[in-house]
Amino acid sequence: MDKHSSDKKRYFFDKSENVEKLLKVFYVVCGLLFILDFVIHRHISTNWEKLPGFYALYGFVAFVVLVVISHLLRRLLMRKEDYYDVDE
Amino acid sequence: MWMNNLPPFIPFFLAALLALITRRHLRSALMLAAPLLGGLHLWLDVPEGVLLSVSLLEFDLTLMRSDRLSLIFGYIFHIAAFVLVLYTLHLKDTMQHVAGLIYAGSAMGAVFAGDLITLFIFWELLVISSVFLIWARRSVRATRAGMRYLVFQVSSGVLLLAGTLIHYRYTGSLEFNFIGIESPGGWLILLAFGIKCAFPFLHNWLTDAYPESTPTGAAVLSVFTTKVAVYTLARGFPGTDILIYIGAVMTCFPIFYAVIENDLRRVLSYSLINQLGFMVTGIGLGTALALNGAVAHAFSHILYKSLLFMSMGAVLYRVGNVYASDLGGLYKTMPKTTVLCIIGAASISALPLFSGFVSKSFVMTALLEEGHQYIWLALLFASAGVLHHAGIKVPYFAFFAHDSGIRTREAPTNMIVAMFIAATLCILIGVFPQYLYALLPWDVDYWPYDITHVVAQLQLLFFAALAFIWMEKRHYAPAELHAVNIDAEWLYRKALPVIANGTRNIAARTYAAARLPLTILSRIPVNTRDVEGWLTGNLTERLLVLLTIFIVVGLWV
Repeated sequence: MDKHSSDKKRYFFDKSENVEKLLKVFYVVCGLLFILDFVIHRHISTNWEKLPGFYALYGFVAFVVLVVISHLLRRLLMRKEDYYDVDE
Repeated sequence: MWMNNLPPFIPFFLAALLALITRRHLRSALMLAAPLLGGLHLWLDVPEGVLLSVSLLEFDLTLMRSDRLSLIFGYIFHIAAFVLVLYTLHLKDTMQHVAGLIYAGSAMGAVFAGDLITLFIFWELLVISSVFLIWARRSVRATRAGMRYLVFQVSSGVLLLAGTLIHYRYTGSLEFNFIGIESPGGWLILLAFGIKCAFPFLHNWLTDAYPESTPTGAAVLSVFTTKVAVYTLARGFPGTDILIYIGAVMTCFPIFYAVIENDLRRVLSYSLINQLGFMVTGIGLGTALALNGAVAHAFSHILYKSLLFMSMGAVLYRVGNVYASDLGGLYKTMPKTTVLCIIGAASISALPLFSGFVSKSFVMTALLEEGHQYIWLALLFASAGVLHHAGIKVPYFAFFAHDSGIRTREAPTNMIVAMFIAATLCILIGVFPQYLYALLPWDVDYWPYDITHVVAQLQLLFFAALAFIWMEKRHYAPAELHAVNIDAEWLYRKALPVIANGTRNIAARTYAAARLPLTILSRIPVNTRDVEGWLTGNLTERLLVLLTIFIVVGLWV
């Protein structure tokens, strides 16, 4: 069974310097991927893809739009946890 | 080895029968033997074009019909069944073991069924066996969700039977091949398949019942029902335009729910619909490339989706809940489950070198070839969405995020081994897609690993992940909350009861008003008591109402 023990051991992600290091690597990879668009010769099949960094922009914007719309949808859709349990 | 026309469901039904009367290791061995031997037999001995028919009443039932489409589904169902049997070995629950085997066997039966009546029989067996995996949770919520699940699934069966009879009357054939919506009865059959495939507004049985099933049950359920539906759509309705749009809606609407849902198994259920959307779109396109894509995606999807459900099942088994808001930091005590879950997450997100990448790209390429640029954009949006809920949310909130302080144990060994096999296959398919491609039903020359495609996909995923990090750091991301998010089920769980109650109240008032003269009559001090007694007795009241209805209906007709 699970227990909330007083676990004093420090794990990998408990140290914020480890997290920061990983994030830095991630940012560098993102930057390199963006630059690649200008370096490699791409075989494109849509007009959208002519825009440099199209996929990077689309991924970022799609993600933000998704989260923001979901957040707004909550106002419309969210009910208490026992919503269906009462008088059903 | 053996006769090659042995219908693949038979080993499973036999094992189910034997599981009833055996215990412990003997039962484990028998349960593992069914998919292992059955699968080897199918792989080694069964070529295309095998037929086995038996006569029942005046019909010839084709219990076994093998072609490339049914064979590839047969292979993956056997692999999945083996992994899932392994995953459930620690259980001491005869009900789940027997129901699981009959369920997997029925899926084989449906996939190899050569005619619509045989399909219908296994269609119903799928329902009857699978509901026990939900009821085996043995809670009130699960029982009720199981009942609602039954209503949907039985309706699907009724529609299939009705469509089949109409189809037979007009075409004189019961063979299960291309049906199409022009065929009489075609719409009914499409609707029957659509319920099982969780088309929008027909999908609630899935997001309602799967998260209520047992920790192991959801993983088993995630494999068979919906993929049988994908198979039947691919055989009966390839190239049906409307499926392109239905599929696109299926990829997009569930991801919004997945973002705000707290129960991680319900997140995976919404995600399952999103993945089905890619397959349905491929079937709707109907080109060889797109159909291969739908089938390939079903193949790899079965592995990574069951892997994700298995990892959440392990968490549920150890911790007792899978609420994103309550978990966190489990990587400290469940490191193996964490790594395996991340492999599933990478696969579903279609990261290059994982299985989702080599199968999803078929449908995306086919969409551009056929000139559906806006649908392509929608599916690209959905791809970024997959990264949010299945790629990041599920592993992040369960195993990392803030430390919930929960200290538990690693999942049982059999669960770890099962997840390990699924994860290994996810990577193997991703790295060596040629072996999967060789099994695909249509001959298409396609290779996913070119630099443009790989870079594009990496950019999409990494920058979507960047958005996650940015929003998480700024606390823009919506908090995980205990709540219910209303979906289409609101129509029948809230609106319908209100309408029914309202109608009943209006009827009662009308009736009271209609009775008014009688009440006045009874106040007249004449000896009307006998009359009144006769008229207002409980039974007679109802008879009168009934009679009135009959007369009104009679006059109407």
